[in-house]
Amino acid sequence: MFDFLSDYDDPSLLGAFWMTVKLTVFSGVGSLVWGTLLAAMRVSPVPLMRGFGAAYVNIVRNIPLTVIIVFSSLGLADIFGMTMGAPDDFDLQGFRLAILGLVGYTAAFVCEAIRSGINTVPLGQAEAARAIGLNFSQTLRLIVLPQAFRSVIGPLANVLIALTKNTTVAAAIGVAEAATLMKTMIENEAQTLLIGAVFAFGFVVLTLPTGLILGWLSKRLAVKR
Amino acid sequence: MSSVLYDTPGPRAKRRNVLLSVVFFVLLALFLWWIWRTMDDKGQLKWALWEPFTTEQAWTTYLLPGLGDTLKAAAIAMVIALPLGAVFGIARLSDHRWVRGVAGTVVEFFRSIPVLLLMLFANEFYVRSSDISSEQRPLYAVVTGLVLYNASVLAEVVKAGILALPRGQTEAAYAVGLRKGQTMSSILLPQAVTAMLPAIVSQLVVIVKDTALGGVMLNFTELLNSRSTLAANYANVIPSFIVVAIIYIVLNFILTSFASWLEGRLRRSKKSTGAVLSAEDMEELNPAAVGGTFGTGGEGGGPSGFTFTDKPPR
Repeated sequence: MFDFLSDYDDPSLLGAFWMTVKLTVFSGVGSLVWGTLLAAMRVSPVPLMRGFGAAYVNIVRNIPLTVIIVFSSLGLADIFGMTMGAPDDFDLQGFRLAILGLVGYTAAFVCEAIRSGINTVPLGQAEAARAIGLNFSQTLRLIVLPQAFRSVIGPLANVLIALTKNTTVAAAIGVAEAATLMKTMIENEAQTLLIGAVFAFGFVVLTLPTGLILGWLSKRLAVKR
Repeated sequence: MSSVLYDTPGPRAKRRNVLLSVVFFVLLALFLWWIWRTMDDKGQLKWALWEPFTTEQAWTTYLLPGLGDTLKAAAIAMVIALPLGAVFGIARLSDHRWVRGVAGTVVEFFRSIPVLLLMLFANEFYVRSSDISSEQRPLYAVVTGLVLYNASVLAEVVKAGILALPRGQTEAAYAVGLRKGQTMSSILLPQAVTAMLPAIVSQLVVIVKDTALGGVMLNFTELLNSRSTLAANYANVIPSFIVVAIIYIVLNFILTSFASWLEGRLRRSKKSTGAVLSAEDMEELNPAAVGGTFGTGGEGGGPSGFTFTDKPPR
């Protein structure tokens, strides 16, 4: 029944899902860094930075990810010559361009998740901290950020799960990940339903534990108010 | 301005803020100038490339039909997904454990699969076991994928909307002698749908963004797909991307603003019970929502990944 799977070895089924995982991990780390920077700008006391953060988030969130990823290939690479350090290796170039697009897009959601986490900390916490004589860095380090981090885990887990599923958009520029392989397989093999089930199962395996573990963690660490 | 992170600035903080503003402004200006220069170097600022967008032909032949298909797919998907989502959302609140179990499994399953996989599968399914013409097939496949995914997201929205209603509503309905079904259909559901409206509108943003996937992967003639036909004709890749991105931004911005206007109206209204499911609750249900394609998907998490904070009635 699963005989046809052995006909595919470039990439194999596992290889394709490994690519999905790599896309998720690299763009996850990248968007966490860029998203945190954006969030810092959005809550900063400098109006210009706040404006930039807000503009970035509102523009990027309203553009389809597909447009961003296709643009990174047809626009950035083909017209502006951004070859991402791999001018000859098109597979690697596509992989890196997909990560670039995913990071730019996902960072907007990471930024909003972090900002909403900071907003859950009541103003009274900071006021009380100042009232007992803590200075700015102590207030932030000991009172505000520990509470903010805890309430951010839940929303960030959702963003991570969404990112895992969004990596399939990389298929639009031909990155050899799960959706690309599924498209090839489903068009060439007879067992449509079986192939659909195998790939669906793969994504359930990738996303469900993330949701369960991080959901449990965010409930455990939640600040009871 | 004071926030939880910092106090109202004094004279020193004010000076520092001004300095930071200046530095940031210079960096931003340099960056924008660099983009402008690169565009100019590659000849992307030539009027000949932008000029087509001032002519009627570019719009009537390419962009508007594309936009029309995008909106058509999104509207059909929403109209089918909404009742389906309502059925599953209510089933998830059923008193019978097996109904809850089945509905919950179906919903969680479709929420954890990327929309693209659903679209690809639907497309191949229609190729093999239906006689839908090949011109119509991409629309069917895109709508099927969107319906399966969004119905499961909307099921969560409906469930959250019903749970957000004050308990007194159910108790009062039972007290006047309504049965379970009557309570749901004439008391809870109408109020829940009103409370959900903002969330539903913001889910439309996700759907609109996800249609673009069908354009690239299934050759569905929506906006992004008509962009490539347009760019092939006028040889203006970069300008066409920019124009299409602006169309998406404006469209989704209108939808988002409409959602928050609705939300504000519902919150102010004296008739309602005060339960409103805002775009922000939606972000919890589906972070892709207000942005979107997370397009391809929103959240998928397991049952425990989902939290809904119900608002106390006012």
